[in-house]
Amino acid sequence: MRPVRDIAIVAFGQTDHLRSTDELSEVEMLMPVLHEVLAATGLKTSDIGFTCSGSSDYLAGRAFSFTMALDGVGAWPPISESHVEMDGAWALYEAWTKLLTGEADTALVYSYGKSSPGSVRDVLTRQLDPYYVAPLWPDSVALAALQAQALIDAGDTDEPALAGVAARSRESAAANSHAQLSGSVPQGDYLVRPLRTGDCPPIGDGAAAVILAAGDRARELCERPAWIRGIDHRIEAHSLGVRDLTDSPSSRLAAERAGAFERPVDTAELHAPFTSQEVVLRKALKLGDDVAVNPSGGALAANPMMAAGLIRLGEAAARIHRGESDRAIAHATSGPCLQQNLVAVLEGEPS
Amino acid sequence: MASAPSPEVLRAPLVVEFPFTRSLGPVQSAFLTGLRERTVLGVKATDGRTLVPPVEYDPVTADEIRDLVEIGTTGTVTTWAWNHEPRRGQPLDRPFAWVLVQLDGADTALLHALDVPGPDAVSTGMRVRIRWAAERVGAITDIACFEADEGAGSGESGPHTGEFSDPVTGIIAAARLDYTYAPGRAQTAYIKALSERKTVGERCPSCHKVYVPPRGACPTCGVATTERVEVGPRGTVTTYCIVNIKAKNLDIEVPYVYAHIALDGADLALHARIAGIPYDQVRMGLRVEPVWTEGARFPDHYRPTGEPDADYDTYKELV
Ligand SMILES: [Zn+2]
Repeated sequence: MRPVRDIAIVAFGQTDHLRSTDELSEVEMLMPVLHEVLAATGLKTSDIGFTCSGSSDYLAGRAFSFTMALDGVGAWPPISESHVEMDGAWALYEAWTKLLTGEADTALVYSYGKSSPGSVRDVLTRQLDPYYVAPLWPDSVALAALQAQALIDAGDTDEPALAGVAARSRESAAANSHAQLSGSVPQGDYLVRPLRTGDCPPIGDGAAAVILAAGDRARELCERPAWIRGIDHRIEAHSLGVRDLTDSPSSRLAAERAGAFERPVDTAELHAPFTSQEVVLRKALKLGDDVAVNPSGGALAANPMMAAGLIRLGEAAARIHRGESDRAIAHATSGPCLQQNLVAVLEGEPS
Repeated sequence: MASAPSPEVLRAPLVVEFPFTRSLGPVQSAFLTGLRERTVLGVKATDGRTLVPPVEYDPVTADEIRDLVEIGTTGTVTTWAWNHEPRRGQPLDRPFAWVLVQLDGADTALLHALDVPGPDAVSTGMRVRIRWAAERVGAITDIACFEADEGAGSGESGPHTGEFSDPVTGIIAAARLDYTYAPGRAQTAYIKALSERKTVGERCPSCHKVYVPPRGACPTCGVATTERVEVGPRGTVTTYCIVNIKAKNLDIEVPYVYAHIALDGADLALHARIAGIPYDQVRMGLRVEPVWTEGARFPDHYRPTGEPDADYDTYKELV
C-alpha cells in the first residue's frame, strides 16, 4: 500500500554480535544500543512518541522476559509501548503503522536475543506445529536442509554454489565491525546434509535499535532519511509438506505490495540465515546480479535471533544515510524454511 | 567457539519443562486415532487435493474442511536431509534421514524420519513405507519412522468416515528445554553480596535512586545503574498481606505475613516473610531485620527489631 504519511528510518544501532554475552543481562546488553540511536538523533526517551520491541521468551526461558528490558527505555513515567513476540522487524511494522495513524511522530524500535543460554536449534522446534511436527523435534538446521535438498533436486543450486554464497557473505562482513563471523571461514563438515557449518548462521547474542520519524521531523533528525516507501508482510501455510520449498510466494507478494517491483533497487538486505534461503529469495524477489545483496554480510555473518531481521532494515537504511544506496529492499523472515516474510522498500531523496 | 568462562560470571542450570495438554479438532482427532489403528487419513481440500497430514481449515481458502479419505501406507520421498547426529527427542537415536514423504493417494507431504543405513541409501523419489510403533497411543510418533520399500504402491484411496471406537481427543505434548542461566553484571553482584549476608543495590547516576535488587538499569531514566550501595540490614514494612492458603511444597504454617520491606538506604521495597510476631500484629511502619539460617543464600524471614515504628512520612514514597 502507498503510505498516507512519509515515514523514515532516521537512526540505526546494533551491538557487536558475540557467541556469548553471559556477563550481561538482556537490558545491560541492550542499553548501549538504545543510547546510540538516541544520541544520533539528539532525542531523549521522553521525546519518543511510541516504543515497540521484539524478543522471545523461549530464548530467555522465562515468561514476560521483555518486561525486564523495558527498564532500559525509561518506562516510568508511563510511555506508549508495545511488544511483539518475534523479530524486531515486525515491531518496526507496528511502529510504522502507529506513525501512519498520526498518533505519534517518532518511534523507538528495538529487539534483542540471547541464544547462548539455551540450545537454539532445539528451542526453535517449539514454534512448530505442536500436533504433527514438534513431537518429532526436527531442529532448525534439519528443516533448512530439507529445503536446500529440494533446491538442489530442482536444479536451482548445488553445494559449490551454496559455498559461494557463504564465502561472499563473510567476505562482505569483513567491513562490518559488528559481525560475528567474517573473512575467510571454512565451509566445514555437514551439519545436516546437504548443509555444512558454513551454510548455517553463527549462533550468538545481540541487539539492535532503530528510530522512525514522520515527515519534517525525519528531516530535522537525519541528514538523509531512509524513507519507507512501502512495507508488507505475508505468511504461508505452516505445514511444510503443503508448500513448494523452492519458492517463497509470500516474499514475492509482500515485495509486490511494498512496491519493490515498481523500479529497480540497488541494494537488498535479505534475512537468509541459510545459504540456500538466499537462493530462494533472490528468485522470489527477482534480484539481478547488479543488486548488492547483503553488503553487511547478512545473517550468515551475524544472526542474533529476534534482532537479525530488524538489522536488515537498519543496514539498508544506514546505506541510504551514508549515500551508498538510493533505493533498497530489506527483508526479514520468521519460522521454518522462510514461512513468514516481511519486505520493506527504502529510498533516499535524490541529492 | 565459546570463550573461556569468566570466573566472575555466575551460572546455573535452568530447565523449562511443560506437559502441554492440547485438545484436537475433529480432523486431527480422526487422523491421530487412525494412526493408532494403522490407518492413514487425509482430508480433501477445496481445490481437490488430498492433504496429509490433514488440517481442519483449507490452507488456501481457510474454509472448514471435513471430507476424510483413507490413503496408503507407502509413499515417495520428495526431499530429504541426512542427520548424522540425532538430537534428544528425535524419532531415532541412530543416524537417519529426515524426509518429506508424499504417501500414495496424497498430494502433500508428511515430515518424518527414514531408517536407512547411510546417506547413499536415500534419494528423492525413493519408495518408502511406514514402520508402525509397537505401542500406539494416537500421536504422530505412532509412526515409528519410514523404511525403504520395493513396491510400486497402489495409489488407491477411498472415503472414510473418520469414526473409530474410543477416539483420541487430545495429546500431551511434552516439552523440555535446558538453559544455562547467567544473571548478568548487576544481579551477579547482588547474589555474591548475599553470600556474605549483605544486601547491595545500585544507585542511578541521574535520579540518585537506589534500586534493590539491582537489574542494571534505572527504569525511570533508562540509564545504567553502576554505583554499588550497601543497604539495610534493617528496614521498614511498607505494606503487607496475610497468607491463609498453604502453598504446595511450602513448609510454613498459615496464616503468615508477606510484606514489602524498604531496607534502610533503598528506594525500592523488597518482599519477604515476616515472623517472630503474631500475624495480626504486623503493621505498616514496623521496623524489621533479616534472620539468616545456616547455609541459606538469602534471609529466611524478617523479624521485628523492637525499635519504635517508622514515621509514615519516611516511607510513604515507597508504598
Ligand atoms: Zn534514574
